Amino acid sequence: MQAAQASLLHAQKMAALGQLTAGIAHEIKNPLNFVNNFADLSAELLDELKETTEPAVAALDEETRAEIDEIVQMLTGNLGKIAEHGRRADGIVKNMLAHSRGSSGNWQSTDINALVEDALNLAYHGARAQDQSFNITMERHLDRQLAPIEVVPQDITRVLLNLISNGFYAAAEQSRDANGAFRPVLKVTTCDLGEAVEVRVRDNGTGIPPEYRDRLFQPFFTTKPTGEGTGLGLSISYDIVTQQHGGTIAVDSEAGAFTEFTIRLPRRHRRETTGRAA
Amino acid sequence: MSVSILVVDDEPDVADLFRQRFRREARQGTYLLHFANTGEEALDKLAGGIEPPLIVILSDINMPGMDGLALLHEIKTRRPDLPVIMVTAYGDDERRRRATEYGAAEFFIKPVDFDFLKAQLRQLPSAAD
Repeated sequence: MQAAQASLLHAQKMAALGQLTAGIAHEIKNPLNFVNNFADLSAELLDELKETTEPAVAALDEETRAEIDEIVQMLTGNLGKIAEHGRRADGIVKNMLAHSRGSSGNWQSTDINALVEDALNLAYHGARAQDQSFNITMERHLDRQLAPIEVVPQDITRVLLNLISNGFYAAAEQSRDANGAFRPVLKVTTCDLGEAVEVRVRDNGTGIPPEYRDRLFQPFFTTKPTGEGTGLGLSISYDIVTQQHGGTIAVDSEAGAFTEFTIRLPRRHRRETTGRAA
Repeated sequence: MSVSILVVDDEPDVADLFRQRFRREARQGTYLLHFANTGEEALDKLAGGIEPPLIVILSDINMPGMDGLALLHEIKTRRPDLPVIMVTAYGDDERRRRATEYGAAEFFIKPVDFDFLKAQLRQLPSAAD
């Protein structure tokens, strides 16, 4: 009973945080667009200025020319940095807005195993694109008897991508620490529980220290270095699984050994929420 | 031949942004840009006659006073042939649906992709006036 109340309170808190982050994201999007746009434009204008002033600059003495060159180079570099950090902020804002989309997506009868396969492929190629040397053994324990379930496939794919990418990251970290003596493995298990479908994503990576467990699903909580994670992946996944699909998401982990996320999606959620249940 | 574009947005920096993005076109005399900060101001300019001939209006949706959708509706009753492109930070289905219903030519999400916008502008009939 107490656990149920705590879980409800947690869900309400998360929903409020989700609305707040989406509100902030909307407000930030406009000024951020200006920053990015004017940074782009300024870089173009600077190029034009360089071209236009080239003959005049060529006539100056060497020392002055060198100074002008240096300043122009620094300005170009600064504008590049503004654009780069602007794009970073833009990525965060886009993720924050994903919180507010609600259940506008399409509910469809879906083969969860197929979603898992797609997500594994996408995540793997994404990781390889970022790091050529990335490699991992992917184990699939997919329940072949799994009957289709009504979900919003794009959103569940998003959840799977987040969980799998996190698993890849943790296993790669462990691999780096172990200097080659380690075989990173990511295992995805699906299981038809009758009333629900269960998906488990397990990696043999760095694990999650107990003190972080409570904050895992909080927006902006991340253990990744600055610029590598937005801290929104799990919080969005939490929203999608619990709020939108009426399911649960749980985590089990041992530091230095493994992490396993378990999501359960109930079969009847949609009919109940749309009032079409008998 | 020179033609006009009217940009409606309550953010004053939008004018600077468009002027700089269209610097070359303005210098070559392809387009002359006009700006209005409110829907009311846009209608006043339209009523006063815009020279050279106006080929398109680009309008924000969220504005104090008359919003962009109301402006679109009003423009379409006065000048049904004049293309109006809606530009907004909010790409939700409801706004998109209403914009289409009121006869918007296009619906752009901010940040505006200026290369795409310019390509669209080149396809507009220059004698819409």
